[in-house]
Amino acid sequence: MLNYLWGGFILIGILCAAFTGRMHAVTTGVINNAKEAVTTCITMLGVLSMWTGFMNIADKSGLTENITKKMMPFLKWLFPDIPKGHKAFEHIGSNVAANILGLGWASTPAGIYAMEELDRLNGGKSGASDMMCDFMIFNMSSLQIISVNMIAYRSQYNSANPSEIIGAGLLATLASTLTSIFFIMLRRRFFKKR
Amino acid sequence: MRLVILLSDMMIPAVMVYIVLYGARKKVDIYDAFVEGAEKGMKIVVTILPTLLGLMVAVGVLQNSGLLEILCRLASPAADKIGFPAEALPLTLMRLVSSSAATGLLLDIFAKYTPDSFIGRFVSVMMCCTETVFYTISVYFMSIKAKKSRYTLVGAMIANAAGVAASLIICKLCWG
Repeated sequence: MLNYLWGGFILIGILCAAFTGRMHAVTTGVINNAKEAVTTCITMLGVLSMWTGFMNIADKSGLTENITKKMMPFLKWLFPDIPKGHKAFEHIGSNVAANILGLGWASTPAGIYAMEELDRLNGGKSGASDMMCDFMIFNMSSLQIISVNMIAYRSQYNSANPSEIIGAGLLATLASTLTSIFFIMLRRRFFKKR
Repeated sequence: MRLVILLSDMMIPAVMVYIVLYGARKKVDIYDAFVEGAEKGMKIVVTILPTLLGLMVAVGVLQNSGLLEILCRLASPAADKIGFPAEALPLTLMRLVSSSAATGLLLDIFAKYTPDSFIGRFVSVMMCCTETVFYTISVYFMSIKAKKSRYTLVGAMIANAAGVAASLIICKLCWG
């Protein structure tokens, strides 16, 4: 799916640029973005590794396990196919916790660890398991409670009340998250397991 | 307002203090554990780079070729009909692909219409409840080399669309 989309973006985009006479813009844009990918990764190298460092302390001290235990009733309900006490739950727990707190770059490594564990459960099949898809969909439904960045951008642009959107943002986030849970439940009800 | 800023300033230090104290109390070699974890993080970033690079190249084409404008112009009559601000269409699409490109478009809207306009408020709320779906799917699935993401994209797009619709409805009710 992503292969078609990626190829489509590039081919149709360049065709489009040829007709609108924007080949030069595309050339510089592509090269600048390739550079930007590297600079982003250099920043990420620092910040993300800092979080995996702290997360490792939390793992070793049993803090992650402790937090996951509190979320367990919910996680078990959402992902009933993951065996009880499996390591994947811990990573899913820290991923969800980091997402809720809005620590974006702390949630990525936890999510990747969770996917690695789920992959092990899947026995090295090349396609994603139901568990992986469900976890990803839930994860991408946006779990963050307060978008601090958004408030900062709003005040930077002289909003009279930068934080007025918090309540509305929270409700909208709730809507997208509930929709993802609803989707997962419907999927489980109507489509066969794999 | 000041409470929110205070809380957000406290968030990261508080998480750090909690983890360090908890680790020390459980007699973990905290610095060794940190270094070990950081090393794993470095490896993760190395696996993310090629995925991010591929995505950013596609974003570069999308942004500069005029394709995004054409797509949005095609969609704008339908958007008008349901009361969706057409100027927010490029941002809504870009939000799925790249966080930095979306932030750029967001700030353009803030500069042009102010954050306190209807569209300014709408995009603020919409950005809170949506996610960079394409980026996240590629990074997570690439890291485990799973070839087929199956229904992940469909499910994530439905959840995101629900978020966008909810943002529009809530903004209409509050500030429309």
